[in-house]
Amino acid sequence: MPSAPAGTLYRGREGMWSWVAHRVTGVLIFFFLLVHVLDTALVRVSPEAYNAVISTYQTEIMGLGEAGLVAAIVFHAFNGIRIILVDFWAKGPKYQRVMLWVVIGLFAVTMAGFLPRHLMNVFSGGH
Amino acid sequence: MAAGTPDLAAPREAYRRKKSTRTNYELYGWVFMRASGVVLLVLIFGHLFVNLMVGDGVHAIDFAFVGGKWTSPFWQVWDLLMLWLAMIHGTNGVRTIINDYAERDTTRLVLKLALYLAFTIVVVAGTLVIFTFSPCPVGADPSLLPSVCFS
Repeated sequence: MPSAPAGTLYRGREGMWSWVAHRVTGVLIFFFLLVHVLDTALVRVSPEAYNAVISTYQTEIMGLGEAGLVAAIVFHAFNGIRIILVDFWAKGPKYQRVMLWVVIGLFAVTMAGFLPRHLMNVFSGGH
Repeated sequence: MAAGTPDLAAPREAYRRKKSTRTNYELYGWVFMRASGVVLLVLIFGHLFVNLMVGDGVHAIDFAFVGGKWTSPFWQVWDLLMLWLAMIHGTNGVRTIINDYAERDTTRLVLKLALYLAFTIVVVAGTLVIFTFSPCPVGADPSLLPSVCFS
C-alpha cells in the first residue's frame, strides 16, 4: 500500500460529509458508552458511590454535554437508517442526497422535542 | 486447438470473482452493523426517553431510580441487550476506523488490542452488574434505596 495515495477519493458534498459526521458521532458515542457503563457499574459498589458520581452528570455544564450527546445519537441513528436505505432500497443511491436533508429535518424535529424539556430539567434545578 | 494458441476464456463464460479471503467475516460484520443499528435505535431512544424526558429527567437519576428499574426483568433484558449490541456495534465501528487510518502494522495491532481489552472489560463488568445487582444492599442507608425494599 502506498503511504501517500495519489489524488483523493473524497468527493465532498452530502455523500462525503454525512459519512464524516457518521464517523465522528460514532466515535463520540462509543467513548461515552465506555464511561457510562463503568459509572453505572458503581451501583454494585454502594448507593453513596453511585449517587456521588451521577450527581456530576447533573450539573449545568454536563447538562449541555448531554444535549450534545443526544444530538450525536439522533444524527447517527437517522443517518444509519439512510445508509441502510442506500444499501438495500433499489432507489436508495439515487435519493441519497435528498435523504440526508430528510435526516437533517427529522433531526431538527426530534431535537426541538427534546431540548426544551431537557434544558428545563437541567437549568431549573430539578430537585 | 492449434499449438501456441493463447489460453483465453471462452466467450460469455460466467465471470468468476476471485476470493481474496477465506471467511465471510467482513460480510457478517457489515450485516450485523445494519441489523443491530435498527434494534439499537429503538433501545436507545427508549432509554433516553425514560431517563431524560420523563419526570425530572436527569435530576431523577440516582441509586433508587436504577434500583427500581432493575427490579423488573423487562429493564434488565432491555439494558443487557443494549449493552451487548452497542458494545459490539461500537467496537466494530472503531475497528473499521483503526483499519482505515492506522497505516503501520504495529500501530494497528496495538490500537486493536487496546480496543478489544476495553470491550472485554466493559461487557464483562456491565453484564455482571446487571445479573448480580441487589436493589436493597444489606446495611445501606434506607433513605437511598428504592421503594420496593420496604414493601
